[in-house]
Amino acid sequence: MGDTKELETARTLEAIASEKYKYGFVTDIEAESVPPGLSEDVIRLISAKKGEPDWLLEWRLKAYRHWLTMTEPTWAFIHYPPIDYQQIVYYSAPKKKGDGPKSLEEVDPQLLETYAKLGIPLNEQKALAGVAVDAVFDSVSVATTFRETLAKEGIVFCSFSEAVKTHPELVRKYLGSVVPYSDNYFATLNSAVFSDGSFCYIPKGIRCPMELSTYFRINAAQTGQFERTLIVADEGATVSYLEGCTAPMRDENQLHAAVVELVAMDNATIKYSTIQNWYPGDEEGKGGIYNFVTKRGKCAGHHSHISWTQVETGSAITWKYPSCILLGDHSVGEFYSVAMVNHFQQADTGTKMIHIGKDTSSTIVSKGISAGRGQNSYRGQVKILPGADHARNFTQCDSLLIGDKCGAHTFPYIEVKNPTAHMEHEATTSKVGEDQLFYLNQRGIDDENALSMIVNGFCKQVFRELPMEFAVEATKLLSISLEGSVG
Amino acid sequence: MSLIEIKNLHVNIEGKQILKGLNLAINPGEVHSIMGPNGSGKSTLAQVIAGNTAFEVTEGDVLLEGESLLGLSADERAVKGVFMAFQYPVEIPGVSNMIFLKAAVNAVRAARGLEELDAMDFLALVKQKITLVEMDEGLLKRSVNEGFSGGEKKRNEVFQLALLEPRFAVLDETDSGLDIDALRIVAAGVNAMRAKDRGFLVITHYQRLLNYIVPDFVHVLVDGRIVESGDKSLALHLEDKGYADWLQTEPQPASAR
Ligand SMILES: Nc1ncnc2c1ncn2[C@@H]1O[C@H](COP(=O)(O)OP(=O)(O)OP(=O)(O)O)[C@@H](O)[C@H]1O
Ligand SMILES: [Mg+2]
Repeated sequence: MGDTKELETARTLEAIASEKYKYGFVTDIEAESVPPGLSEDVIRLISAKKGEPDWLLEWRLKAYRHWLTMTEPTWAFIHYPPIDYQQIVYYSAPKKKGDGPKSLEEVDPQLLETYAKLGIPLNEQKALAGVAVDAVFDSVSVATTFRETLAKEGIVFCSFSEAVKTHPELVRKYLGSVVPYSDNYFATLNSAVFSDGSFCYIPKGIRCPMELSTYFRINAAQTGQFERTLIVADEGATVSYLEGCTAPMRDENQLHAAVVELVAMDNATIKYSTIQNWYPGDEEGKGGIYNFVTKRGKCAGHHSHISWTQVETGSAITWKYPSCILLGDHSVGEFYSVAMVNHFQQADTGTKMIHIGKDTSSTIVSKGISAGRGQNSYRGQVKILPGADHARNFTQCDSLLIGDKCGAHTFPYIEVKNPTAHMEHEATTSKVGEDQLFYLNQRGIDDENALSMIVNGFCKQVFRELPMEFAVEATKLLSISLEGSVG
Repeated sequence: MSLIEIKNLHVNIEGKQILKGLNLAINPGEVHSIMGPNGSGKSTLAQVIAGNTAFEVTEGDVLLEGESLLGLSADERAVKGVFMAFQYPVEIPGVSNMIFLKAAVNAVRAARGLEELDAMDFLALVKQKITLVEMDEGLLKRSVNEGFSGGEKKRNEVFQLALLEPRFAVLDETDSGLDIDALRIVAAGVNAMRAKDRGFLVITHYQRLLNYIVPDFVHVLVDGRIVESGDKSLALHLEDKGYADWLQTEPQPASAR
């Protein structure tokens, strides 16, 4: 019965409650980097290193020139010292031996070991059953598993750079079609300098037989990670995609400015799950990743469905709003989010649901947890355009406070231009009560486990949306992030 | 040696003195009952034994088998075998009752050097113990106490008592909120738990409960002190006369200041 599974999950949780950020190690691997700083020359260099076609270089340069005219956004509820964009290294890749790996057997064993240590076996024999992984190390993709299995179905799953070479027509058609190069400061920067990422195309009528996953790792110091992911589900296709990320502990802040674009055609479904565990900085707020990410999905076809699920426990600062453009009639957008901040972490996250087509519907479930001196903001926009007859939105936005030095804020923006719209909004703020902790303590459960239990209970609605292995992982992560927040 | 011994216990909450020198000793195998007017400090006593840090012990001691409990946290006391059935069980939204109970059972087992129960063994234990209190199995799947009726909450407390098999249990008004049938069932559950190495402290307002759970001793707690102790007939006397005897002889706290 289902109880058994649920109980096992809880047990794993107990076992790991005492872990710290364990992904903070550095792999000592020779890297090939460009010098810090940004200029047209650097962009030309990146493009040349990747052997890109002219149209792509032109696209990058257009983005760069546009970026020079832009200013960094200041509207989010986050605070950080100015970023010196000339101090960042925009390209770093583990040095290749010879021509670079053609198959998994040729991948540098040290890299394989790094991923094994992170719990991401790239060896297909040992791999998680039913999950294909693309591993991105600093600026490049180092390995993609199960490619042949997927190729049999006509599914393309490879690194972005490879897709540019093997499927230029698809890349050219969809790149920037959801997040244009001029979209916003960080997305524009990404368009100019993006190094690698994952590309995925699911052909018509195909249900992807396994979970696809990209695992991002920042290793090199002073390096920004600017990956770009593009997923296209053609008519009637279905895919579930997972993204995980970690970085070493470093005292300086590192910038991660990624872009993810999703396109769902008629009757297609894309489920995108993220477990974001970038290094959050130490207890005093020193170091950590600035996670400034643009994620957007376009429900281009009728009855298309895009679902974002995110568990955000890492990063010093998170600035991210996975969104859905509901263009096709009867299309569905979903956003399920758990954002946890502890110590000095700041998160400003939420979603945008833009209803354009008729009978479109969207669901937003946001669970914000604040502990320590963490600041957590939900920022969500629901926009119903004039043509979106009978659009529906349900928003639920809950905050949980642990201690009294942290903060939770909500900034909902609702814009309705069609009178047939149906909108529901619920919001709650609660505190973990001393009486709740005492009750659990009285039954023999210590503070740390008691708190994990309460927090996991709070997040259940979102965890339910995650694939099983990820749900366990998410539970673990939360307990680790909660450390030191009681007593 | 007494199972539990309370010596000259003085307790404050928010600067106000609630317990004012309370003495009580309970031997293994005994059931003691405490009765007393509202606000006299019965729940305070229970909470202090269980280790609620909201209460400040200013003087005296609480010993379990001769060892002071005061330096121990609530969970440390719990795994040593101290159990309290709450007068007001706490709701914990989102936390499945089943997951909570399994964590509790395994925490206590670990402290007793027993191996952890896996999901299957735990479910078997649950099935066996739940019959003791005739609790609806549906409650196991719900969040801890959330939306439970008053009676369901109390049954859930006694169910936990049965699962955790403590050395010493305080039942704080476990009978209030129970209908007549439930009262009988819950009392039978407690009676089934009576054992020669286990002690109980039963806090109640009603003599009726003591017809089912027959105590070895009855104590009257008034204004933070035990003012009278006797056998079960004392409860009958109280039912009849109330607390007037002691309330008259005790100076009113307000006029005393
Ligand atoms: N958290 C608290 N803050 C302030 N006063 C408190 C608190 N808890 C208890 N008290 C006070 O301590 C006194 C004793 O309360 P306690 O709950 O122990 O009484 P009781 O004997 O259990 O009463 P009842 O029969 O109504 O359950 C009361 O005056 C009560 O208001
Ligand atoms: Mg009471």
